[in-house]
Amino acid sequence: MKVLVAVKRVIDYNVKIRVKADHSDVDLTNVKMAMNPFCEIAVEEAVRLKERGVATEVVAVTVGPKAAQEQLRTALALGADRAIHVETEERVESLAAAKLLAKVVEEEQPGLVILGKQAIDTDNNQTGQMLAALAGLPQGTFASEVVVDGDKVQVTREIDGGLQTVELTLPAIVTTDLRLNEPRYAKLPDIMKAKKKPLDVKSPADLGVDVASKLTLLKVESPAERKGGIKVGSVDELVDKLKNEAKVL
Amino acid sequence: MSILVLAEHHDGQLAGATAHVVAAAQKVKEAIGGDIDILVAGENVGAVADAAAKLDGVSKVRVADHAVYAHQLAEPLGALLVELAGDYSHILAAASTTGKNVLPRVAALKDVSQISEIVEVVDADTFKRPIYAGNAIATVKSADSLKVITVRSTGFDAVGEGNSAAIESVDTVVENSQSTFIKQELAQSDRPELAAAKVVISGGRGMGSGENFKLLDGIADKLGAAIGASRAAVDAGFVPNDMQVGQTGKIVAPVLYIAVGISGAIQHLAGMKDSKVIVAINKDEEAPIFQVADYGLVGDLFEILPELESKL
Repeated sequence: MKVLVAVKRVIDYNVKIRVKADHSDVDLTNVKMAMNPFCEIAVEEAVRLKERGVATEVVAVTVGPKAAQEQLRTALALGADRAIHVETEERVESLAAAKLLAKVVEEEQPGLVILGKQAIDTDNNQTGQMLAALAGLPQGTFASEVVVDGDKVQVTREIDGGLQTVELTLPAIVTTDLRLNEPRYAKLPDIMKAKKKPLDVKSPADLGVDVASKLTLLKVESPAERKGGIKVGSVDELVDKLKNEAKVL
Repeated sequence: MSILVLAEHHDGQLAGATAHVVAAAQKVKEAIGGDIDILVAGENVGAVADAAAKLDGVSKVRVADHAVYAHQLAEPLGALLVELAGDYSHILAAASTTGKNVLPRVAALKDVSQISEIVEVVDADTFKRPIYAGNAIATVKSADSLKVITVRSTGFDAVGEGNSAAIESVDTVVENSQSTFIKQELAQSDRPELAAAKVVISGGRGMGSGENFKLLDGIADKLGAAIGASRAAVDAGFVPNDMQVGQTGKIVAPVLYIAVGISGAIQHLAGMKDSKVIVAINKDEEAPIFQVADYGLVGDLFEILPELESKL
């Protein structure tokens, strides 16, 4: 079974972001970029499926600017066999990304597609679900366990209040939650080898997809700052403040 | 045109989040008029429909009661919403795991964008939503004919319950051969639901062990609080992950949030910094949590917690 895994280049999760002075967007010039943490988990799961003999080939795919090839090389170093880059400098919303990925799914015919549950930049949590809808496939979102059994996959999902297990017919779409696995680090020899692995570049036009969106980003602002608080000296003072000043007890 | 709200429900009970989503729908209604309908989809959901009919501002409750909708799997629920979408200009659901699971599917099938976790309705087409773990607020305008939106509950005050809306049944039954419900394991708890609690007390890595989380129980009991955790505490295996507050866990905005042994990483703050009053208890006076806390107490939580419990 071929496994397709989608990855996204995003701002490194440890970076404290800055909003541009003209409020047009977040300032991404000269900030550290990395693979979205949920995508790392998706790559790890795909590689583990291959190590267990369930997957025969792991194909990593990304949609984004030329620089996103760094993240594809990372996926290759972690164990993906080859990569597909859908290159565009445009802002690609989730729906357009899902349309592009649906075309790749149509071409590649994977048995399973794994994505992260959300990207930490837009925090949308949409692409996997949209891809499932467009490809006409079932979805196992927010997965904390994935067990492939013949032509079915059992996905344990993290839901509000606990866990839910669903069984999906393959091919299917799975999106990863944090608890699915602990991603490995790329080793230096594997990073070197990854440079020689195949990486195909396509454009949205090659795939026949228009990435224009009807969603316009009007403004980006910093959230309201919290007023600086005070430090109290004792539990008594804390309880007194909460009762008499904040009036929350 | 009218507005459709997808009811959130669990175990035959209407979830509190629905009243917050109706509040967001009211804001849209101020701009476009029309009706607010609620869709209750599931199996044996009569009591849910009755509770939904009480919510102020609701014109009609539409009930799709059938085994195919049990457990609200994304494939049949999405197909049902697509069937009903033609009557509406806006479809809203809570940004719960159910809403987040199904609404993007509906949006894609209708070839429109989905707008996630709105915290403010500017007008019928324009919404505010947090991005980058809540470190920026984006204002987005949609030119799609149908707006498909998930609503962050903490952004809107719940509507009241003085209504008696009409209840009608929806006969649409869709096929689902792609997904099957196997089982569900819900965490058992007598405490209030984390996302809806008025008071939340959370522990982090500083708690040291899962056993030590018991130190929070007495305080939570006295305050009627829910108990949360940081990702560090979850990753360390102290507590189950459904207790996690943060970007990838639950978003809470209680009246009082008490952070114990939590340093205050960006990802954690994303889940709680809209709380009305934040208290931080930490032995490291340089911990970033103190920059957002209204009241900070520097010291050893193992001494402070028992003292706090005794003085409440």
